[in-house]
Amino acid sequence: MGPGADTADHATVVALHATMCLIRETETRLSQLFADGEIPGFIHLSIGQEGVAAGVVAALRRDDTLASNHRGHGHALAKGVDLDSFFLEIMGRIEGICRGRGGSMHIADMSTGMLGANGIVGAGLPIAVGSALAHQVRERDCIASVFFGDGALAEGVLHESFNLASIWKLPVLFVCENNGWSEFSPTSQQMAASPAALAEAHKIPATLVDGNDVLAVHTAARDLVAAIRAGGGPRLIECKTTRVRGHFEGDPQKYRDASEMAAFEAHDPILRLERDKPKLSADFHAARQDAARRVVAAVEKARQGTLPTIAGALADVYTPATSAQVRP
Amino acid sequence: MSEIRYGQAINRALSHAMTADPTVILFGEDVGAAGGPFGVTRGLRDKFGPARIRDTPISEAAIAGVAVGAAMSGLKPVVEIMFMDFVTLAMDALVNQAAKARYMFGGQNSVPMVMRMPHGGGINAGPQHSQCLEAWLAHVPGLKVVCPATVTDAYGLLLAAIDDPDPVVMIENKALYAMKGDLPDDASKVAIGKAAIARSGRDATIVTYGAMRYPALEAADLLAKDGVEVEVIDLRSLQPWDEAAVLASLSKTHRLVIVHEAVEAFGPGAEIAARMADVGFDELDAPIVRVAAPFMPPPFAKTLEDWYRPDANRIADAVRRTLR
Repeated sequence: MGPGADTADHATVVALHATMCLIRETETRLSQLFADGEIPGFIHLSIGQEGVAAGVVAALRRDDTLASNHRGHGHALAKGVDLDSFFLEIMGRIEGICRGRGGSMHIADMSTGMLGANGIVGAGLPIAVGSALAHQVRERDCIASVFFGDGALAEGVLHESFNLASIWKLPVLFVCENNGWSEFSPTSQQMAASPAALAEAHKIPATLVDGNDVLAVHTAARDLVAAIRAGGGPRLIECKTTRVRGHFEGDPQKYRDASEMAAFEAHDPILRLERDKPKLSADFHAARQDAARRVVAAVEKARQGTLPTIAGALADVYTPATSAQVRP
Repeated sequence: MSEIRYGQAINRALSHAMTADPTVILFGEDVGAAGGPFGVTRGLRDKFGPARIRDTPISEAAIAGVAVGAAMSGLKPVVEIMFMDFVTLAMDALVNQAAKARYMFGGQNSVPMVMRMPHGGGINAGPQHSQCLEAWLAHVPGLKVVCPATVTDAYGLLLAAIDDPDPVVMIENKALYAMKGDLPDDASKVAIGKAAIARSGRDATIVTYGAMRYPALEAADLLAKDGVEVEVIDLRSLQPWDEAAVLASLSKTHRLVIVHEAVEAFGPGAEIAARMADVGFDELDAPIVRVAAPFMPPPFAKTLEDWYRPDANRIADAVRRTLR
């Protein structure tokens, strides 16, 4: 149980659980669809890490912005990306949220402030800092957020982004999802310093939470978001969590110990919440059923979707002249 | 009409754009208090304040990435990379993010950012401060690339770039910042993708852009003494480039020489030559000839750099080759 576990009301607990269930059900289904050859390309799943996406994003407003990464399905769904449009995109259909042009690694939805998943490790950091700059210059009380893994700690642009956010006191929440793995290698062998130490070196206050305790994540994120929104400048939250699946689907994870993998269930954020709040079992049961029903429907809809035709292949490389004067 | 320097024309365009649109902001290394490494942004911070004119740390990757995020969240950032050589440090944000965000997100958004950077030699700045890397950027779908050679074009192309909904790279030239020229009182935007005929002629066509406009015009003067009338086309934009204007000139002169300071191999001239060898095949009476830098880093010593950069004599010789 995290320090703030008792401060979340029942409605919040139920909502956090429902979000985690939707992400879990979605990704479990994606894993099957990928194995069955129904999803082109490759996908990265966040099974086991749902507590971070659900807990942090529930502390954000719809008009707050979010930059994500290659393991970004949970962030997108938590931020409110439409489930049907999401599946249509990942299955490469024209009705997808990105018209079948991006797929799993490029889910974006400007209407919910989702600035995009990203195929480049660390690339979301300066984008979120830039979004925060826009909020500051435009004198809006929005904040920006960015989710990145511990693997991104080794990217140079992370340090540039921390520094710039700090000296300009930008409203940005840095969310490090620390699952201990940089793709196929243990981060402990790759990083000389912790996320908190790196943040604090740039004068960014850092908070460490158990990322598999969704209530602890949410309570901490809520406080940090409030501090940022009040003009306190950037904050970092490090969420220790567990990557259950491989770096990508199909990765047999031969580089991981059996003991580490045997402990997955003990760390499962959904099971933990259900154990911690037995009185809400009826709500939890309903949430699981609802998520399963929605995902089945979304997959069926995506299967009925249209494959993009070559006729529209070149659209949107540039903004059409007719909308050239439209301002964001 | 007023006579101002190329760098001042850029300053004036920035000032006009920032006055007209409060979402235009400017940031980069030393662009604020110091007024820019070449003095281009001098006075803007006093006029528009430190919230909109920002000095950044020496962080090219962040400058570019922050511009992308700001452009996706309602601003129109204009950012400066001090020397084009340093764009190497900003390539992820430019190539993987800015250039692709509209396409890969299905047309949901645009990325209205401008990145300014000077290229070119002529000031003995050496191998890491003189390169012309524009072919890299013109090769990336989603980016636009402009390269003004005159005061009027520097002013007008920057206004057009800031007004453009897509990411535009404006390549300036260090050797041109101090050049004086007339800026008409009614100067306005210059359309991206439209070439200018710098000199009309009937015997051969020289296609160029940026500072090479001037040795190309000198070469035309030299050739005119021999009775050869050369047409000089200043592309002004490289992506998109004005294929129609080049083809029209080729259809008149039937001879084509392409001049740029970027190295010849895989340079912009290769694309222009390939297109004209295709769509202009029937018009050609001679091989298409390129005059460009040799395939080597830009050298430092004056003798070497002077030899490295195309000059009027080399250009005139190339034109004569097409007339044999």
